[in-house]
Amino acid sequence: MMPDLDARHLLCPLPVLRVQERVAQLAGGEVLTVRCTDPGALNDIPAWCRIEGHEVLQARTDDAGEVLVTLRVGSRAGGDPSRGGRPR
Amino acid sequence: MEHTKRKALVLLSGGLDSLLAARLMLEQGLHVEGINFFTGFCVEGHTQAIRGTGKPRHGALAAAEQLGIRLHLVDVVDEYRNVVLNPRHGYGAHLNPCLDCKGFMVGKARAWMEEHGGDFLVTGEVLGQRPMSQRRDTFPIVARESGAFDRLLRPLSAKLLPPTLPEREGWVDRDRLLGLSGRNRKPQIALAESYGLQYAQPAGGCCFLTDENYTRKLRDLWASRGERRYDFDDIMLLKVGRHLRPRPHFKLIIGRGEGENRFLEGYRNRFLHLWAVEHNGPLVLVQGDIGEDDLDLAAAVTARFGQGRDEPRVRVAAAGPGGAAGERVVRPLAPHELPVAWYL
Ligand code: SF4
Repeated sequence: MMPDLDARHLLCPLPVLRVQERVAQLAGGEVLTVRCTDPGALNDIPAWCRIEGHEVLQARTDDAGEVLVTLRVGSRAGGDPSRGGRPR
Repeated sequence: MEHTKRKALVLLSGGLDSLLAARLMLEQGLHVEGINFFTGFCVEGHTQAIRGTGKPRHGALAAAEQLGIRLHLVDVVDEYRNVVLNPRHGYGAHLNPCLDCKGFMVGKARAWMEEHGGDFLVTGEVLGQRPMSQRRDTFPIVARESGAFDRLLRPLSAKLLPPTLPEREGWVDRDRLLGLSGRNRKPQIALAESYGLQYAQPAGGCCFLTDENYTRKLRDLWASRGERRYDFDDIMLLKVGRHLRPRPHFKLIIGRGEGENRFLEGYRNRFLHLWAVEHNGPLVLVQGDIGEDDLDLAAAVTARFGQGRDEPRVRVAAAGPGGAAGERVVRPLAPHELPVAWYL
């Protein structure tokens, strides 16, 4: 299952916020692809994924200049976002 | 043992002080998480993002990643409106309601903590650092109005303040907190170096409400509408382009360069917009009510800011939100026909 998220024309940090909201509804292992026009998303969404323990499958800028990030939701997701600490 | 650790929730702004406050908590072996609020006015490299220059990086995310802590981003755009429009404690130098803003954010963090768990709140506030919101007499106001009371710890100035709950309970060792005060930033910079922390040093405050140019345009928007209100698009558009008000009832937002034009294109379905058909130049959005005469003027301004500015005649297209386009041929305005007073 690959739900798509359109975060085009949103400026930082809204793309990350939208990803955060969507991921909270997904189960561990699910895959999400997000499209953005803010070039900062290329750094920020992967940074958020690293903090939250999600796997970044791709982060790139396509020919149209849009940022594409695909992530696989980590095992911690889908529940209370405050549960547990960062896996060390 | 992870589960017995006390949990500190740090309001991470992306600046140096809150980064250090979080670092001090980690040093004391606490479980630390960060929280960051998006008000719509935050300075997060939007100007660079719109213009397509540089590599903007969300400050609080960068801080959290460096510290190895989680960060919870919270969208408060709607609720924040009341803070901006009706600040109980008034504004600072511009339209920055800093004291109300602090109380609001700490209050939101407290509510988040009550819902999701946590033992106390931490900010990077330093006594005497900001004239409006970081004073000995305003610290208790923030603690009270946020409902956090003595669950609010300011580790950078703690030794100068009465002990808070986490200190009294021994969750935090007060002796290892700091007693910083005043506007001198050298101790923080030295501390960041000793910890090996990277940080961005933003010029000015944490948001556009402290920016003179930005708030002038916001006041103009309110004056032109005859009421103080804004929506999300309004406050985003104030960050981009040249803003000219040739007549009281409409203004023009003129893209500067490719990046801004691309950003403004995202608004084509919501605003009347103009562009030169045969010359490179800006996309121009019209905000307000505009008649046929005004449209000629708007077209002449559009031509002025494009590469056809020295031509006798320039073809300019106008399209409404519905997309129906019309074209007109206009003489670009001469420089002296653009009064300085039009610039916002
Ligand atoms: S500068 Fe802006 S974000 Fe910072 S406290 Fe003041 S109003 Fe709030």
